[in-house]
Amino acid sequence: MKIAKKKLLKMYNNMLLTRKFENQVAYFFSMGVMHGTTHLYVGEEAVASGVCGALAEEDQITSTHRGHGHCISKGIDLNRMMAEIFGKAAGCCKGKGGSMHIADLSRGNLGANGIVGGGHAIAVGAALTTQMKKQDRIVVCFFGDGSTNEGSFHESLNLASVWKLPVLFVCENNLYGMSTSTKRSMNIEDISVRAASYGMKGKRIDGNDAVLVYEETKKARDYVQKNGPMLLVCDTYRHLGHSKSDAGAYRSKEEVAQWKEKDPIKILGQYLVDNNYVTQEDLTAMDKQAVSDIEEAVAFAKESPYPEQDTILEDVYA
Amino acid sequence: MREITMAQAIKEAMSEEMRRDENVFLMGEDVGFYGGAFGVSVGMFEEFGPELVRDTPISEAVIAGAAAGAAVTGMRPIAEIMFSDFTTIAMDQLVNQAAKMRYMFGGKAKVPMVLRAPIGSGTGAAAQHSQSLEAWFCHVPGLKVVMPSTPYDAKGLLKAAIRDDNPVMFFEPKLLYRKKGEVPEEDYEIPLGVADIKREGSDVTIITYGRMVQVCLDAAQELAKEGISIEVVDPRCLLPLDTETLIASAKKTGRVLIVHEACQTGGFGGEISAVISASEAFYYLDAPVKRLGGLDVPIPYCPELEKNVVPTVETVIAAVRKLL
Repeated sequence: MKIAKKKLLKMYNNMLLTRKFENQVAYFFSMGVMHGTTHLYVGEEAVASGVCGALAEEDQITSTHRGHGHCISKGIDLNRMMAEIFGKAAGCCKGKGGSMHIADLSRGNLGANGIVGGGHAIAVGAALTTQMKKQDRIVVCFFGDGSTNEGSFHESLNLASVWKLPVLFVCENNLYGMSTSTKRSMNIEDISVRAASYGMKGKRIDGNDAVLVYEETKKARDYVQKNGPMLLVCDTYRHLGHSKSDAGAYRSKEEVAQWKEKDPIKILGQYLVDNNYVTQEDLTAMDKQAVSDIEEAVAFAKESPYPEQDTILEDVYA
Repeated sequence: MREITMAQAIKEAMSEEMRRDENVFLMGEDVGFYGGAFGVSVGMFEEFGPELVRDTPISEAVIAGAAAGAAVTGMRPIAEIMFSDFTTIAMDQLVNQAAKMRYMFGGKAKVPMVLRAPIGSGTGAAAQHSQSLEAWFCHVPGLKVVMPSTPYDAKGLLKAAIRDDNPVMFFEPKLLYRKKGEVPEEDYEIPLGVADIKREGSDVTIITYGRMVQVCLDAAQELAKEGISIEVVDPRCLLPLDTETLIASAKKTGRVLIVHEACQTGGFGGEISAVISASEAFYYLDAPVKRLGGLDVPIPYCPELEKNVVPTVETVIAAVRKLL
C-alpha cells in the first residue's frame, strides 16, 4: 500500500505532538499545576495516529479515559485542548469536562469517556445515524483491553453485527487494566477472537507500527462500509502509569524497557529515514516544532481566564 | 370528544411525530412485529417498517446507549425499555452518558432522546417487574422525568418529550394502559414542567402522579360525601418540577399529603415535601406535610399482599383524616 509522504509526516507529527503534550501534562500534574487526574497515552501513539490517519474527515470516533492521542490525531485545536485540562473558559468544553471528557463534535470526536466501556454503545448509536441517514462515513470506537470484559462490549458488538452498522471497533490492548494484567482478567491472549462470537471479523496487529495500523485501518474502513462492523485489536503498551497516581510496581523494569525499545515514534521515524522520506535532521526539526506548538498551547491555556462562576449552571439542559 | 386508551394515546403521539419528523424512530425489545410487551406499538411496524420501528436484542445497555449516540449525531430516538425495572441495566448509559454529555462537552452537544418504560405494580409480576424507580432519575441533572396519569396528558407530554432536545425518561403507569380518556385528534403539546390541578378543593391538597392520581381522585370523591374538599394536583413532570403550582395549592389549603406508589423512603415525595416546607407555604400550613408512599418492601407476588403494598383509596382517606 502506497502512503503519501504528506500523510506519513502528518501521522508522525501527530505522534510527536501527542508525546510532547502528554509529557507536558505529566509534568504539570507532578508539579500540582493541574488538578484532578489524567491518563496518559505515551507509548500508544501509533494506534491513534495510524487509525485516524486512515479515516475520512467526516468519520466519527468515540474515545476513552486515555483519550488525548485520539483527540490530537482526529484533529483538535491544541490550544483549546490544553486550556480544557487547565480548566479554563477557553477550553474546548469550557472547562467543564477536563481530561476525561474532551470532545470536539465539529471534528467528529464524540467524546472521551470516564467510564470504561462507556463509548461502545454511543458508537453503535452514531453508526445507526450514519446507516439511517445513508451518510458516507464510518464510526471508530476506541477502547482498551479492560473494557472488553464489560457487558456493554458484548451488547454493543452484538447489536452492531446484527444491524450491520459501519463501526470499526479498535481495541488498544496495552496489556493491563490499571494494575491487572490481561493474563489475570481474561483466559485468552488474542482479544480479536472475541469477534467470532458475534459473527464479526476480528484481526490482531502490532499497534506500535503506525504504518501497519494505517494500512490495516484503511482496509478495515472499506470492509466496514461494505460489510458492517469489525474488531481490530492493536497490541501496544503504555510507558507511564495508569493514571497520575500510579507508581507502576506491578510491571517489571525489564518489561517496560522492552516495550520502550519498541517505541512507536522511533519505529515510524526510522521508517521515514530508511525509506528516504526525510532525513534525521528533518525529524529533529519536527521535534522542535512540536515542542514549540505545545509551548504555545500552554501559554494560551495559562493566559486564559477561569470560567465565570455563573457558568456553573449553564449547559445542563439544551 | 372521542375516548381512547393511554396505550393508544402513546402510540398516536409516536406515530404523529414519526410522520412529522423523519429523524424520529422507535427501538426496543419486541416493539416491532409483536407490537411491544404491552401492545403500545401495535400496528406501527406495519405503517413505518422495520427501519423505523426496530426490534433490538435483549440488551438494555446498548438500547439506551445507542439512543444517546444516535441522538447526539442527529436522530431523535424513542427507546422502549420493556419494564422500567430493566433500566437498572442501562444506568451507565442514562446517568453517566446521556444525561451528562451536554454539560461535560461545554454545551456543544444535545441529546434529544426519549426513553419510554412501563412502571408500577399491580400485574402480579412481582419484585423485579413492578417497581417505581422514578426518584432515581430525578437525582440526575441533565435528565427530565415525566409520568402521565391520563391518556390526554400522555399524548401531549410525549409529543413535548420527543420534541425536547434533552434526554427524557417517560414512565408509563402500566395499569393505566387500558384506561380510556378523552384525547383530541389534533396535534397538541403539554409543556414539560407544568402541573395540572385534577380536582379543585379547599381543605387538603393531595400531590400525586401516575396511577395514584385516580386513586386519590376516588378518595376525594368519598371524602366529598362528608364535606371534605380535596384538591388533587398532578405535577405530571417530576424534573423539572412545577414548584409554583404545588406551593400555591399548599398555601390555599394549608394541608398537604403527597401520595406515590414508589417506596416511601427516598421517594420523590420527600423532595416535594421539602420544596413546600421550605417555601412561603410553610407559614400557611395548619399541619405538617405528610407523605404516603409504598411500603418499604419489594413488591410481593401474592395479589392479596401486592394490592396493599401501595397506597389505596382506604389508606389515602385515612392519611387525609390524620391531617385534619
